[in-house]
Amino acid sequence: MANTNGNGEIQVKKYTAKDFASDQDVRWCPGCGDYSILAQVQRILPDLDVPKEKHVFVSGIGCSSRFPYYMDAFGIHGIHGRAPAIASGVKSANPDLTVWVATGDGDALSIGGNHFIHALRRNIGLKIMMFNNRIYGLTKGQYSPTSELGKKSKSTPFGTIDYPFNPVQLALGAEGTFVARCLDRDPKHLQQTLLRAARHEGTSFIEIYQNCNVFNDGAFLTFTEKDTKPDNVLYLEHGKPLLFGKENEKGIRLNVFTPEIVNVKEGKWSINDILVYDETSFDLAVLLATFSDRVGFPTPIGVFFNVQRKSYEQMMTEQIESVTKKRGKGDLDKLLKSGNTWVVSAN
Amino acid sequence: MSKTIETLDDVVIRFAGDSGDGMQLTGTQFTNTTALVGNDLSTLPDYPAEIRAPAGTLFGVSSFQLHFSSWDILTPGDHPDVLVAMNPAALKVHLKDLKKGGLIVANIDSFDDKNLSLAGFTANPLKDESLENYQLIEVPITKLTLAALQGVGLTQKEMVRCKNFFALGLMYWLYSRPLEPTEEWIKGKFGNEPKVAEANDKALKSGYYYGENTEAFASQYQVKPAQLKPGLYRNVTGNEATALGVVAAAHKAGIPLFYASYPITPASEILHNLSGYKNYGVRTFQAEDEIAAAGVAVGAAYAGNLAVTGTSGPGAALKSETISLAIMLELPLVIVDVQRGGPSTGLPTKTEQSDLMFVTYGRHGEAPAVVIAAATPADCFSMAFEAARIAVKYMTPVYLLTDGYLGNGSEPWLVPNSKDLPEIPVHYRTDPENFNPYSRNENNSRPWALPGTPGLEHRIGGLEKANITGDVSYDPENHDFMVKLRAEKVAGIAKDIPLQEVYGEQSGDLLVLSWGGTFGAVRSTVDRIRKKGHKVSHAHLRYLNPFPRNLGDVLKNFKTIFVPEINLGQLAKLLKSEYLVPVVQFNKVRGLPLRSAELEQAIMDTLGGAK
Repeated sequence: MANTNGNGEIQVKKYTAKDFASDQDVRWCPGCGDYSILAQVQRILPDLDVPKEKHVFVSGIGCSSRFPYYMDAFGIHGIHGRAPAIASGVKSANPDLTVWVATGDGDALSIGGNHFIHALRRNIGLKIMMFNNRIYGLTKGQYSPTSELGKKSKSTPFGTIDYPFNPVQLALGAEGTFVARCLDRDPKHLQQTLLRAARHEGTSFIEIYQNCNVFNDGAFLTFTEKDTKPDNVLYLEHGKPLLFGKENEKGIRLNVFTPEIVNVKEGKWSINDILVYDETSFDLAVLLATFSDRVGFPTPIGVFFNVQRKSYEQMMTEQIESVTKKRGKGDLDKLLKSGNTWVVSAN
Repeated sequence: MSKTIETLDDVVIRFAGDSGDGMQLTGTQFTNTTALVGNDLSTLPDYPAEIRAPAGTLFGVSSFQLHFSSWDILTPGDHPDVLVAMNPAALKVHLKDLKKGGLIVANIDSFDDKNLSLAGFTANPLKDESLENYQLIEVPITKLTLAALQGVGLTQKEMVRCKNFFALGLMYWLYSRPLEPTEEWIKGKFGNEPKVAEANDKALKSGYYYGENTEAFASQYQVKPAQLKPGLYRNVTGNEATALGVVAAAHKAGIPLFYASYPITPASEILHNLSGYKNYGVRTFQAEDEIAAAGVAVGAAYAGNLAVTGTSGPGAALKSETISLAIMLELPLVIVDVQRGGPSTGLPTKTEQSDLMFVTYGRHGEAPAVVIAAATPADCFSMAFEAARIAVKYMTPVYLLTDGYLGNGSEPWLVPNSKDLPEIPVHYRTDPENFNPYSRNENNSRPWALPGTPGLEHRIGGLEKANITGDVSYDPENHDFMVKLRAEKVAGIAKDIPLQEVYGEQSGDLLVLSWGGTFGAVRSTVDRIRKKGHKVSHAHLRYLNPFPRNLGDVLKNFKTIFVPEINLGQLAKLLKSEYLVPVVQFNKVRGLPLRSAELEQAIMDTLGGAK
């Protein structure tokens, strides 16, 4: 919030995480991964130099979508799947606002799939945080569009027979310009990625693996537990070689078009053979996005893709400005009286 | 060769041909010229849902009807005086509507075996006696057009395409219209294609001179300018007027206009028009679907814009859940429903009044919304403006019902001066002191508190709100209170809308009560009956939810209430449930405006029994 001091100088208030916590009791289940996401968002907002009143959190329906109630900012708890549409209206009506979307795997990819892909395609300035717990929590345990094939759930006692979406692939295919994946249980990395997403022009998309300890507990355990994480998680860092393992002994090498895992400590391969990540490469992003579905490969965490492209709201504003410059500022009387007109005079 | 010029009071012309023959363009040109001549007019475009249906077929026929006069007219007319038939299918489809003794101008070049058979004629109607009750003028329009265009440098196909301008020129001669407005239009339209411009101009003139020189027409006609109210006029379609109405409302409210929509017949022209008004600060958003369009509009309303979304029946159904959200959020929103034939895809290019129940009640939960309806194409301007006024003042969604006939039809519009339009006061909340998102003013409206306003950070959503604070509340008593409060807010708008006026006697045996796009047909019919000495009154509703506060009294003053509608009796049902009055229904659901003649018959029958 900008205040003026006694000398008339504008001072930008320095916020703390607490300034973004609303007075509402948080009502997620104890132990839910959502708590961590909420805390990280509240932690990074003071670093953005955006006055509190300019943050708008928009959500749909689902556990994740209670998010706006807990933020001391502006917010709309919308309807199922429609958060990107509502948020698009807010952002294009007032591009000056920082507009966040809190959504889940069901909300964004199932009932709201169409709005999700079109928001990405337009590159409209929304920061979409998709809490992926691979289950429907609020409706108590049906499978979701990211549940693994064969998943037994309340609505699939004998296992699912539909293939899941890979959200990162979907976002890349939908022309996303900032596409990332994070873990609820890696708060530092989540904070860094949230900050980058917040500063990105256009749509940013973060898939956040989020544990639902009631209906799908342990879905991401291998990525979060100390003993299994190093061999199963590959951190993507721009300009850095793709290494993982307890001692960073494993790396990703491209054998022509096919990625393979090699050991850089056994002599045959060295670090020079390892693929260096380039987050501006669409080819690499698409390739790495497939890893989470490849048997034996680690799941990438980090920013898959990050490029600059003009945002929807920027082009909307520019178009209005250029037409106004060309035709002059609209005069209502001229508009009403345009076209073929004639005068009927009083006799 | 000079011919006699007869003066007529009014004429109904119908241009009909293949959907690729340019009949809509021909009709529009005739309309614009006729408007400039100063006649009153009313139009009825009628075209198939297919863009280019197979040539020569009955279902591919496209037509444009125009009624123009030297007096104040209200309808495009039941029965044409003149039918311009560009092919046999057009004759087949439209002959039944032509007045007995009416004039048929037929393009004989298209009456070949193939086209005759496609149209289902076993014999050439031009050659037998089947048209003997009409005046038939046979014109080789295609051949004459081709002859006129030799040397212009177009292909045969391109030259044939100009034949509608020949027909237009001929009609201009017949009804003594000037060529200049269309010549100007051709120059503007084909500025980059000089050959095409030249060809169309030549075809137009050739048609005109043909009329002058041929022996076929015994005389020429004129229709003197109508005695309209003095002022500046332009011809507008309902969709153009709707677009202008919301632009004007945003201007008078001093806030930006935001139009979010998904293309749908017959509402798309609103989007087309508004997307051209960028220098008026208008933001248009072509959304990925109808639901998104509604969602985007809700977001824009939240951010402080005058948010409008337009659609037709199928889209209105898809938007329904989002409108419920807007009702819960209590945000201003205008939803334009340009009604068309339903259910389902129904008759996309035809008119109907069958969404009244849907927009009044078609939402989950107790979800009251305001419903108003335009009466004529030009009235779409006033009612779009009114929809915006109510939405902003009462922080509520407002449905504006128009229909395919109003949306595509046109009439002269006495253009208002912007200074004469009422201001629409908008008060964004800025004071953080004692701010509560669901506090109320004297109109039961909550504050419009925009994101970006320091100190007003708050959350709203679809979950039930606690009164005043707007916090989520599951309290049973609060829900009961809020459900009633939302209903009361909308019902209370009755005190802010005009009283229902009655045309004719204020009490008596029979009141004809109509709404929406049937105004012209009903009023002119009632007028005709009254001229014959019968006592029939007419009330036309433009406010449907809430109804005007005196409507109950109006109904009590008549022994019989006669309700004509292009549906199965939706207003009739609302009246019966609201006022417990019996009504006589008249329902024709053909996808077309009501016909005066049959309406007159039905009213006379009712009048006979009303004693």
